[in-house]
Amino acid sequence: MQFKSRNFDRAETILDICNLSVCLPDQPDIAPVLDGINLTIRAGETACLVGESGSGKSVTSLAVMGLLPKGSLTVSAGEIRLDDTDLLTLSPSDMRKVRARRIAMIFQEPMTALNPVMRVGEQIEEVLTTHEKALSSKVRRGRVLDIMAQVHLPEVERIYGSYPHQLSGGQRQRIMIAMALVLEPKLLIADEPTTALDVTTQGQILSLIAELQERHGTAVLFVTHDMGVVAEIADTVHVMQYGCIVEHAPVERLLRQPQEEYTRKLLSAVPSLVPRPTRPAMLDDNVLEVRNMEKVYAQGGFLVRKAGTLAATGVDLSIARGRTLGIVGESGSGKSTVARCILRLVDPTSGEIRVAGTEIARLSRRALRPHRKHFQIVFQDPFRSLNPRWTVSRSLTEGPVNFGITRRDALSRAGELMELVGLPRDALARYPHQFSGGQRQRIAIARAVAMRPDVLVADEAVSALDVSVQAQVIELLDDIQEKLGIAILFITHDLRVAAQICDDVVVMQRGVVVEYGPAGEVLSQPRHDYTRSLIEAAPGRLWDFANFREIRTA
Amino acid sequence: MADVQQPTSGMQVVLGALSLPKKWRLGIGPIIAVIVLLAIVMAAVFAPLYVPYDPSQMSSTNRLQPSSAEHLFGTDPYGRDLFSRVVTGGQVSLLIGIGSAIVSVLVGLAIGLVSGFFRIADAIIMRVMDSLMAIPAILLAIALVALSGPSITSVIIAITIPEVPRVVRLVRSVVLGAREEPYVEAAIALGSSMPRILWQHLMPNTLSPLIVQGTYICASAILTEAILSFLGAGVSTEIPTWGNIMAEGRTYFQVNPGLIFWPGLMLSLCILSINLLGDTARDILDPRLKKREA
Repeated sequence: MQFKSRNFDRAETILDICNLSVCLPDQPDIAPVLDGINLTIRAGETACLVGESGSGKSVTSLAVMGLLPKGSLTVSAGEIRLDDTDLLTLSPSDMRKVRARRIAMIFQEPMTALNPVMRVGEQIEEVLTTHEKALSSKVRRGRVLDIMAQVHLPEVERIYGSYPHQLSGGQRQRIMIAMALVLEPKLLIADEPTTALDVTTQGQILSLIAELQERHGTAVLFVTHDMGVVAEIADTVHVMQYGCIVEHAPVERLLRQPQEEYTRKLLSAVPSLVPRPTRPAMLDDNVLEVRNMEKVYAQGGFLVRKAGTLAATGVDLSIARGRTLGIVGESGSGKSTVARCILRLVDPTSGEIRVAGTEIARLSRRALRPHRKHFQIVFQDPFRSLNPRWTVSRSLTEGPVNFGITRRDALSRAGELMELVGLPRDALARYPHQFSGGQRQRIAIARAVAMRPDVLVADEAVSALDVSVQAQVIELLDDIQEKLGIAILFITHDLRVAAQICDDVVVMQRGVVVEYGPAGEVLSQPRHDYTRSLIEAAPGRLWDFANFREIRTA
Repeated sequence: MADVQQPTSGMQVVLGALSLPKKWRLGIGPIIAVIVLLAIVMAAVFAPLYVPYDPSQMSSTNRLQPSSAEHLFGTDPYGRDLFSRVVTGGQVSLLIGIGSAIVSVLVGLAIGLVSGFFRIADAIIMRVMDSLMAIPAILLAIALVALSGPSITSVIIAITIPEVPRVVRLVRSVVLGAREEPYVEAAIALGSSMPRILWQHLMPNTLSPLIVQGTYICASAILTEAILSFLGAGVSTEIPTWGNIMAEGRTYFQVNPGLIFWPGLMLSLCILSINLLGDTARDILDPRLKKREA
């Protein structure tokens, strides 16, 4: 694996953060959000800030931009020097001049960062009109088109006049980058800029940032939680935990010889792209069989009939008891549609779905209800998948009570389930907001398992979690599968996760299954071009994070 | 990720409101509103116990008296005691206000839940609601009173019918948003029945906006009742209400301005304080407004 290894000893220092502390105002007894951060970035350098959620990465980047939410966070000590001016002493109007001209920022979600009712070209031009008043409108337009070409947007004239919703996610992020770089700032802050993008688009955006950085000599502060991305783009890495930088080092040294316990833990939690050893296939006892399923989302209304959107077609898959099947693919590939059809949260247009021997694709909603206990789902977002007004015990007993179990039996079973998912029994009386994201996901799993299902569908069930929590939840699913012999349908966009949990893998692209086979074969010797491009785009794929070395190719 | 705020339950609001006066967080306005409203309600409810005269007892010798120790607000053209009439008149006005609010909220909630959850029902229900919204309350009331005679019930019905669509829209929009939540889909997957999901998962989401909407309906119903009575399309003229006291008094306004002034003052104070309470409830219940403050 080729790491960046440029030497920055002679490069001038662009950003120098000294002993920066940020705390909640008027609450001295609460630990500070940032506690004495020191960080320097030199011209042309990419400094990565990594850490789990709540470690203070985003607060650091917002503090540099002077965008800390007023009244809820204040800087209590320290300096942020940009070319020898302390940004913290600037007045709001001076700070405004510094932004865009000398520091620019890219956000995670390009759809919400762009104004939906303004043409994207005009949005880039607005930066120029605000900061370079002397330019004529013709020169301005020329510069906008030039920067749009630099970020490799096709047909710049057409895209200049487009609205954000007419562009793809990757194109929108390119617009954001163009907007950030049009004034050639010295420092670019990128806060999780590729997290919301598909893996292939992510690769393109990362190489674009690297290319522009080289051309303009920009210093980049890159905030991310993804170690793979770090391995691809970082020069130096700063690891954050609880508002402190616990370790910083050039990328290769950090990945090869991490010094701190926390860094080691963080790296070890990164799931490996190498599939785990295949488990021996059990009896050919398929509990879920999907045959030739198709889902078309109808368009048009009451009287008008339009051609619908084809979300999934010709889907065939089957899972045996105690096995895990993964569906991988990028957004829009139809993997979630398949899951929702199997759960009958949406009705498939045609095809067969057989769960535990019963054909359920054509059953009416009412006729289906008695069969619902055979298949359950765990959703992606642990903050929305539990009713916030209900105690945990009420959520856990809802299903069993629906199936005629007495409340008392359901309650005692709920207690057992809490222990099964590694939570204390007395947490049953609490409300969801009193738990962390990982704990809530455990509760959601307990709620699904309470029905003693044959099939458990996990729809991106670990995607919203930090890597260390992710590893624990995957382990929990494995454990439950072993104890109860459930078949798991695991839907994910993350090949690393798929490699660690799946026995078989289905790769979907634009609603079609392009490859289907044992995980070991599909992920190590992909036959289809699309699978290959997915694997090649996975950042840091040549590095074995958990063992601090290159992946040994057998 | 920061803790997502727990939605406020009704009980928390009550407890919050009780503890808030200590810190004077809400300001003086809502507290005055509560006191004024309580005073008006108590005065109206207990009117029969303390009014000096029977509000409908006429006296040909005492017509159009100015205020005096004997007749606090003076008397009307038929010699009836205006003070007794104004405080008693509050009974009907408040009854109609609260009655209309409760009926429209309950009916609107039921229709709105169904409309928000079942797509097929939605198309039909919303068209019916659109047409109901096109009917002006006053015209409908005049028609109903002409058909069934003046009564409190017909006034409540007349006020409720045009208000229901507004409540339905409100409930429907909340349900439309909430039914896409994963916890609702999880409940479907757990085999919960539709009525159970509607009532236990979706209905609680609508409570906070409904409390706010209810207070506004209450205030506007009291006003509509006054207008109807003023036009002679409301409750029978034998029962005093703020509206028909003003209607009868308007010809003698120049002789005794109190005939318009006192019922008008009660009406304004009452509506002002209900609206103020509604605004306060919205501020407490809507977390977005709270954040803006901070």
